[in-house]
Amino acid sequence: MTTLFEARGITKRFGGLVAINRVDYALDRGISSIIGPNGAGKTTLFNVFTGLYEPDGGEVTFRGRSLVGLRPDQITALGVCRTFQNIRLFANMTAIENVLVGMHSRVRLGLWDALSHRPRFHEVERGLWRRGGELLDRVGLHAKANEVARNLPYGEQRRLELARALASEPSLLLLDEPTAGMTQGEASDLMGLLRRLVVDLDLAILLIEHNMRVVMEVSDRVTVLDHGEKIAEGVPRDVQGDARVIEAYLGRRGTTRSPRATP
Amino acid sequence: MIHGVAAVAAVALSVALVTVFPRSILVFLIFQLSLLFVYVARIPTWLRAGLLGLALLVLMPLIGFVNGYYLEVATQVGIFAALALGLNIVVGLAGLLDLGYVAFFAVGAYSWAIFGSPQANLIFGGGFPLAPGWFYVFLFVGLGVAALTGVLLGLPVLRLRGDYLAIVTLGFGEVIRVLANNLDKPINLTNGPKGITPIGRPPLPAGVPYSEAFYFLVLLIVVVVILVNRRLEDSHIGRAWEAIREDEVAAQAMGVPLVRAKLLAFACGASFAGVMGVVFSAKQVFINPESFTFLESIGVLAMVILGGMGSIPGAVVGATVVTVLNLQVLKGFSLWLNELKNAGVTVLGYSLANLPTQLEPAKYERMVFGIILVLMMIFRPQGIFPARRRQRELAQVQVQKEQVAVAGAEP
Repeated sequence: MTTLFEARGITKRFGGLVAINRVDYALDRGISSIIGPNGAGKTTLFNVFTGLYEPDGGEVTFRGRSLVGLRPDQITALGVCRTFQNIRLFANMTAIENVLVGMHSRVRLGLWDALSHRPRFHEVERGLWRRGGELLDRVGLHAKANEVARNLPYGEQRRLELARALASEPSLLLLDEPTAGMTQGEASDLMGLLRRLVVDLDLAILLIEHNMRVVMEVSDRVTVLDHGEKIAEGVPRDVQGDARVIEAYLGRRGTTRSPRATP
Repeated sequence: MIHGVAAVAAVALSVALVTVFPRSILVFLIFQLSLLFVYVARIPTWLRAGLLGLALLVLMPLIGFVNGYYLEVATQVGIFAALALGLNIVVGLAGLLDLGYVAFFAVGAYSWAIFGSPQANLIFGGGFPLAPGWFYVFLFVGLGVAALTGVLLGLPVLRLRGDYLAIVTLGFGEVIRVLANNLDKPINLTNGPKGITPIGRPPLPAGVPYSEAFYFLVLLIVVVVILVNRRLEDSHIGRAWEAIREDEVAAQAMGVPLVRAKLLAFACGASFAGVMGVVFSAKQVFINPESFTFLESIGVLAMVILGGMGSIPGAVVGATVVTVLNLQVLKGFSLWLNELKNAGVTVLGYSLANLPTQLEPAKYERMVFGIILVLMMIFRPQGIFPARRRQRELAQVQVQKEQVAVAGAEP
């Protein structure tokens, strides 16, 4: 059986800056994490994986199919969906409408169905709303279904973004700092939810996280990026003790690191 | 109950007033306001539909026999309502700021104008104008040609957003107008600034006046356009458009194919304008490029914004307000000031008769319109009828949840 998701030799440059340098990455199931200091290239890597950026070199495959050159919506349709570091909900739409948009690639209706309102349209539409309600239920937002996304508190916006991504029925979910701005308690709750999702939906999850406690607690595997290169990979316990990782985060005694821009 | 009585009374009273004072603009405004009241009043749906149907299908045509100009105003309101509804899809739903929208109206108008008049003889040699019956076919031809033009405009501007898109569409609108102005050589396609006339009108049963026929035709098209608009809005297509308006990158990441969705928005919006263009050219008998200026595009945009972006009743009300303002209220205001002037009325010891010609009341019209727009944007930026999020589905979801809960509890 082929690996679910595989990236080989990914390189991405912005002008003279090499944001990612020949990174190999593979994951199959469970929860994996990517960590690294600010500007390490984590989000850039996500953007390459989801088609927002085209890599300057390397290959990305999902279920053995190349993703390079595909548009983000095509990649989503294949079963890879994501959330964003700075929440990008459809602010003036309600929670349930946000989730319904997430289902777009699964809707098998055309223009004529929408205009003619034939029975199939109502059937499909009812199914979408029902599933939207279930997804909101799953992330604990059922009571907020008609709330406009903009008016939701921060933590709920994060969970709504998760529900919206789940709506596309992904097999691989990429979450960019899902616990940013959450309290430790909220973060733990969210991780519990992710664990359940992995089991219930047979989902593979890839996280970018800064909250080390969360990362070490929940991840099956951790990858560390620094300066656009992979410097360590393994189970959380091993990575935690890795000398290069400690150096990347804390610096080496007696050296100063040049400041870098965040992506 | 009390609302129902009030609604019926309002319509009956306003119609009575119109028959008593057939020339009063104020009374016609009261009639329009009574319709608005019926629309917003808390009355059963059947009563609302019945009253509005009665007013638009029976009363308005009858008023047309009393005062033909009112029917002309109503027809123009309908034409602009369809345009506003089309632009509402592009700007209000999909968030693509289009400043050249009237170009699609022009494309529809010229498609019938050329073939429904002797103009086409200059191109094809003979056999034109087409028989009047072809008008109905050209309603669909105009729709198709305009939709195609919409796609053609859409293709090069897909990557543009916001201000840049606005500038390019503005340019596109001007290109169409300039083409219409100059395509009288080498082949005389549009007859240039002189315009095309006489444009054929659809065949009618004997005794039916054209003004009444066009009113009903426009009304029918507006109803269809509203229906299409509502169905699109309440479908995955409408949701995708709104998602694009909110956040293009996120929409695409969630599986919305941007290119297809945007082109569809341009094509749908354009097609409404195309159909109305065909009707407009037949109704006017004469068209020239002056009918399709940049100011017209801005006027339609003002209707959409004034009514409330992304709102169907908003677009209709916006079109009514702007058209009635332009055709009746501001004209009436000018006439009234002129009367005061001619009567030599003095204000604060200053005789209006001495007013310099630069301050001629007729020149205030645009200014008053501008002031109204500014005030509106300051005090009610969301528009007269802002788009409402669909709430009714909440009940649906809740009911289903309860059903699930009950089903789960049973075994």
